[in-house]
Amino acid sequence: MNKEELRALISELLKDAEPMVKGSDYKPTDPGPTPKETHYTDGDFVPDVSQLDLRKLYLVDSPKDGEAFKRLKARTPARLGSGRAGPRYKTLTMLRFRADHAAAQDAVFSQMPEDYGEKNGLVSVKTKCESKDMYLTRPDFGRCFDEENAAIIRKELPQKPKVQIVIGDGLSSAAILSNAMDCMQAIRDGLKVQGIEIGKTLFVRYCRVGAGDAVGDICGCEVVCVLVGERPGLVTDKSMSAYITYKPHTGVSESARTVVSNIHDGGTPAAEAGAHVAELIGKILKKKVSGVGLHLEEKV
Amino acid sequence: MADTLLSVGLDVGTTTTQMIVSRLTVENKATGFAVPEMEIAKREILYKGKVHFTPLFGEKRVDKAGLQALVEREYALAGIKREQVDTGAVIITGETSRKENAKTALEALSQYAGEFVVATAGPDLESILAARGAGAVEYSERTGKLVLHMDIGGGTSNLCLVKAGKIIATGCLNVGGRLIKRDESGNVTYRSPVLAYTAEELPLKDMVFALEMAAGLRPADELLSRFMTEEITAPWEIPTERPVISFSGGVADCIEKDHPPLAFGDIGPELGQAIRESKLCDGEYILGTETIRATVIGAGCYSTTLSGSTVFYRGVQFPMKNLPVVEFAPGKGAEETVVFSIPGEEKLSYARIRKLADALANQIKGPIFVALQADAAKALGHCLCLLLPADRPICCIDRVKLTEGGFLDIGAPVGPALPVVIKTLILSQ
Repeated sequence: MNKEELRALISELLKDAEPMVKGSDYKPTDPGPTPKETHYTDGDFVPDVSQLDLRKLYLVDSPKDGEAFKRLKARTPARLGSGRAGPRYKTLTMLRFRADHAAAQDAVFSQMPEDYGEKNGLVSVKTKCESKDMYLTRPDFGRCFDEENAAIIRKELPQKPKVQIVIGDGLSSAAILSNAMDCMQAIRDGLKVQGIEIGKTLFVRYCRVGAGDAVGDICGCEVVCVLVGERPGLVTDKSMSAYITYKPHTGVSESARTVVSNIHDGGTPAAEAGAHVAELIGKILKKKVSGVGLHLEEKV
Repeated sequence: MADTLLSVGLDVGTTTTQMIVSRLTVENKATGFAVPEMEIAKREILYKGKVHFTPLFGEKRVDKAGLQALVEREYALAGIKREQVDTGAVIITGETSRKENAKTALEALSQYAGEFVVATAGPDLESILAARGAGAVEYSERTGKLVLHMDIGGGTSNLCLVKAGKIIATGCLNVGGRLIKRDESGNVTYRSPVLAYTAEELPLKDMVFALEMAAGLRPADELLSRFMTEEITAPWEIPTERPVISFSGGVADCIEKDHPPLAFGDIGPELGQAIRESKLCDGEYILGTETIRATVIGAGCYSTTLSGSTVFYRGVQFPMKNLPVVEFAPGKGAEETVVFSIPGEEKLSYARIRKLADALANQIKGPIFVALQADAAKALGHCLCLLLPADRPICCIDRVKLTEGGFLDIGAPVGPALPVVIKTLILSQ
């Protein structure tokens, strides 16, 4: 078959062929309910999708047993039972997903307020990082201080204290803003109950967990407790962790850290977590070990 | 991390007395990187005793020595010693709870059974324990259905309405298989005073009608209130949709099985058959996974719950028993030792916790016992510690919901949590 013949054949076929669906006379079998129009006037607020409780949000149309699914869903923040619009997400699901994602990104990129340390009576320093971008691209700089900041730590903090508390923005400023002060105060009171008095709390901008090791190098504390914003996820952007290290120093093994994670309103509330951390610190001081070593010690 | 509690359940009913021994396994369900969260992960029944007749002196008194001997024999058969028992409950139910010496017998028995074996009576708790022991709560949770559990024993029927695993209401009717006792030739030898209202020899129809009314299957009239017991704390609310009816108790065994009418010298078999032919059984109904043993299994396996896993205590001796529950309010103190309940699930800021500690320290003179619903007990405990002299006993627990007028028992710690038994009511007299 040559080119000419092929072309003839195709045009012949095209002449007879009916398109599967003609744009003009396509009629859906079920037009579905007409969506209600929502009118907004000036001054109205558009409902905030990020305020909806995902555990209660069930969007499948005409389910066989929606109540049963809702009961299961109440146990998880996972995005289940979100229904679909054709092969796609529903608008609400899509908007919520993007809102959560945006909140997570904001938590990483937003700066702690300039006066955060001053307002809360903390000693403020920053790591070697000069900006958020540098913080994200140079993890090593987030773990050490330049001479100027080291001098502030040396001058303002007590030497060789039993415990030094460090608050660091980490990957979520939002987590620190909503949890750190409550948690810190509960730790201080919890330590006082055990007869442990401590000095001022340190606030570190552009802080990674390892910055606590550098603080250990400078002030020689027996235990450092770093309250740091966790990498935000889509469930919450406000989760904080407490990393507790016995005899912290640069190069200490990661396995020597005891961590209490998931400190946020939906996990362990900040104050209660602080009280727990205080007793944990007491135990670490007594056993003179933290991290995996502490677990092994407890099993004996 | 797993810890176990050896638990004993003892049910002293109108007709029968039974005992079981179970093992509750407590596990931390949180990851190693978070604050621990203990829960009872497993409930195993190690020993099921025989069904004994309740030792009584005539119709008015409980035979205390007879009961003690019975428990002693059962302990020997189960191969356990009093000192090994960590927790559990002795329950005195139905008509037996109205005997003259019920209270003293019950207390003596719980002391005898083990240090933290709780003495309890009152149809609210029994109804819940029976529904749990019979598997009705679990069934309702699994299916999401509305279930009305009826534990029909010798003297009373305990009612428990459950929706999707949540307990909505409890109630109790004076309907039982042993309200009338008969000899071999069918002559009535005993007739409970609750049946004094009628001259009818066997008022089976009335009893079944009362059950149907309580289930919302028949319009309620004064017959229902006649059979309602007075000891219940809240009025029974008749369900508005038809529930799945679930049965346990001795009479439940007579619903599907045919026993000769005088097999037990009472009206149990006939009551069971009357129920089978009633409206209760013409819709969806289930027999409990346990029938006659439902209450005792409930007492052994489900009476103990755990507090939250971050609690605070100092200077207290466990177990602490029968602490009356008083809801805390500004300016409210108490003469006797009570546990103050602080309801509300929402998160407390540290400033609020400090304020709360101030208020508690100012208003309470003796030992401070607090039960919060929100997760804040350890932080509150620390705050109280800093405000009070070192010799003042403090106990703060959380994640428990208590209501004014109830009673609380707190046992020795399992891991970081404290086992608690929440009792709605003690003997009414």
